[in-house]
Amino acid sequence: MASTYQPGISACPACDAAPMAEALAENGSAGAAGRLMLAVPGAHCGACISTIERTLEATPGVRSARVNLTLRRVTVDAAPSVTAESLIPVLAAAGYEAQELDATMLRPTETDRRSRELLMRLGVAGFAMMNVMLLSVAVWSGASDATRDMFHWISAAIALPVVAYAGQPFFVSAWTALKVRRLNMDVPISLAILLASGMSLAETMQGGEQAYFDAALSLTFFLLAGRWLDHRTRAAARSAAETLAALDVQRVTMADGRVVPQAELRPGDLVRVMPGARMPVDGIITEGASELDRSALTGESLPVGVEEGARVTAGETNLTGALTVRVTAAGKDSTLHRMADLVALAETARNRYTSLADRAARIYAPAVHLLAAAAFVFWFLSSGDARLALNIAVAVLIITCPCALGLAVPAVVTAASGRLYRHGLLIKNATALERLAEVDHVVFDKTGTLTLGRPVPDPLPDDPEALSVALALAEGSAHPLAQALAEAAQAAGVQAAALSDRVEVPGHGVQALWQGQEVRLGRAEWTGGDAARDGAGVQTTATWLQLPGRRLAFTFTDRLRPGAAEMVAELQARGLTVELLSGDSAGAVAAVAEQLGITDWQAGLLPEAKAARLAQLADEGRRVLMVGDGLNDTLALASAHASISPATALEAARVVSDVVLLGQSLAPIPDALRTARSATRRIVENFGLAATYNMIAVPLALAGLATPLAAALAMSSSSIMVSLNALRLR
Amino acid sequence: MQVLAWLIPVSLLLGGLGLAAFIWALRRGQFDDPEGDAQRFLTDDWDDHPRP
Repeated sequence: MASTYQPGISACPACDAAPMAEALAENGSAGAAGRLMLAVPGAHCGACISTIERTLEATPGVRSARVNLTLRRVTVDAAPSVTAESLIPVLAAAGYEAQELDATMLRPTETDRRSRELLMRLGVAGFAMMNVMLLSVAVWSGASDATRDMFHWISAAIALPVVAYAGQPFFVSAWTALKVRRLNMDVPISLAILLASGMSLAETMQGGEQAYFDAALSLTFFLLAGRWLDHRTRAAARSAAETLAALDVQRVTMADGRVVPQAELRPGDLVRVMPGARMPVDGIITEGASELDRSALTGESLPVGVEEGARVTAGETNLTGALTVRVTAAGKDSTLHRMADLVALAETARNRYTSLADRAARIYAPAVHLLAAAAFVFWFLSSGDARLALNIAVAVLIITCPCALGLAVPAVVTAASGRLYRHGLLIKNATALERLAEVDHVVFDKTGTLTLGRPVPDPLPDDPEALSVALALAEGSAHPLAQALAEAAQAAGVQAAALSDRVEVPGHGVQALWQGQEVRLGRAEWTGGDAARDGAGVQTTATWLQLPGRRLAFTFTDRLRPGAAEMVAELQARGLTVELLSGDSAGAVAAVAEQLGITDWQAGLLPEAKAARLAQLADEGRRVLMVGDGLNDTLALASAHASISPATALEAARVVSDVVLLGQSLAPIPDALRTARSATRRIVENFGLAATYNMIAVPLALAGLATPLAAALAMSSSSIMVSLNALRLR
Repeated sequence: MQVLAWLIPVSLLLGGLGLAAFIWALRRGQFDDPEGDAQRFLTDDWDDHPRP
């Protein structure tokens, strides 16, 4: 998923170069034949593992199934006759929603491979560190002459190949940075590791007393640990985000009945879109009539009627009738993707955000190199001994090496992401926590974000006759309004009237014969009304019932998401300003704003207007958090200081968001802000700890008093302190 | 000091065994699903006999 790769850093800006290059090298190789992969987002406990595995293994043709709870997926080894699609209903029957992960989704195995590679380097470095430390302890406790030299030689034999192997991630990233004439955290790291090894080797050859092999190795080990933590946090977020992407349309039914992957569609193809499906492409309707839900694209909560010749856009949901659509643009050319490109532009602005780690590295790297150079010059001039001067300069580099700095950020981010993940929040971007912590203004979208995007009828009129006819008609339609009406009427104990010749007229409504006379349920103009007049009178979503001689409107409102009111109240109580920007009509927006106690709202906004409002807020110096779900929000999401989208959002919106909300409830949002603040505080504390330790150690090193033992002690203790501090996160 | 001639190879060998075990475990994918492994040992499945 190269396009969704979020450049982000903890301790090193250029570590990103490696995975990026890797993403380019990936070619989406599919798994071995007969191996299927399914995402099971609902799996969360030990019992889930047994249930899923047992259910799958009881299915004919399945040889074995194995759940990976960390990634929430299951790998199935099955006979070629078994397809992933046939397993989805099996899992659904067991109570687990599942999605097929296609070839492109299998790419995370590449991420796994990288994670394994890091773990391997970490293990090798750890092994070598312990062995060399063992020998070093002997040297520190008084081994001398031939024994000491032998120990040094054995240490060298272990340390040099291990440093060459385990240190590669740092060397590669430092080299990439240097090639473009930049300094990153990995430059001083690589320099310290290489110089420590080289100087120790030279000392060993000359029978010298001090060798820093253990320091070179423990440096590698601790820094690799930080890097591995960092990688794991991001890999988990990435794989979950990719799982969400699997929700989007992947297979498309052609007009002749063939089912093809979406990627194979070409302009001119005829595609069939059934009611309830999301439009996979941009196109023109060649056959059929229906109503489209455009809320994801425009924020309008009212469905729009369409018929032959009308233009449709990818991302709209088809509501009532089956449509045949001639493709005008598919895949990368569709509006959905062009919008995504626009968004990418806005996003680069946000990627220019410099993280705390970056800012620290920017001060740190030059300072360390200057110090070491100054130490060398001073000691060379004052003693005239180049070897002594070099030893002291290297000791300065080793002792200041950002062991604690390398762990300061990843340790905290890992702790915070894990905590938020358990609360149903997925942190996608490495700097998201820091940006969330700075937020002082929150902007919400309405449809699908504050509301569920699902209509619920207002209290039903007290008219048993009309209700029973309406129920009977509504039962004949898959339209969301009709279904919601039928549900509400059934709940109220209404008995359906006896109808005959019930037919659904796609794009208009349902009609039938009741006591020999025609009755209709559907759009205003189709039920004998006048669109202009009715539209003016009724601001909200409505469906009309036409009975012999009279008409009746059922109005609907969108229900608020659970936790929405509490969340807004909590945000306001904490002094954040809350604003509502929607593309929907003023009446609907005002109602929601009033319910939630939001005084600041604007309705009928185009995507550009939303982004413009955010730019205006940014100019006023506000740090804005944007929460939205639709395509019309993507531009705003990308240009906001930080952004959150619900899991039900369109892929384009999720991709640009820093945080994805996995559950239905909005309640975790204030929690996320709180955790982000305390995480940032911990990161700053960690930098403080690392700085304190340097303030003690650097003068010692400059004075030529640093020994390998002091370096080893300082390095381990500061790393452990920083990790423990990260665990204090609440 | 003669004992060193024995002890050093022995310590390296033992460390090497540990490393080999780690590499084996890593290759077999034992670190791929830490969360699942933490849950798996609590279940009763395959308690009587190993998974075929």
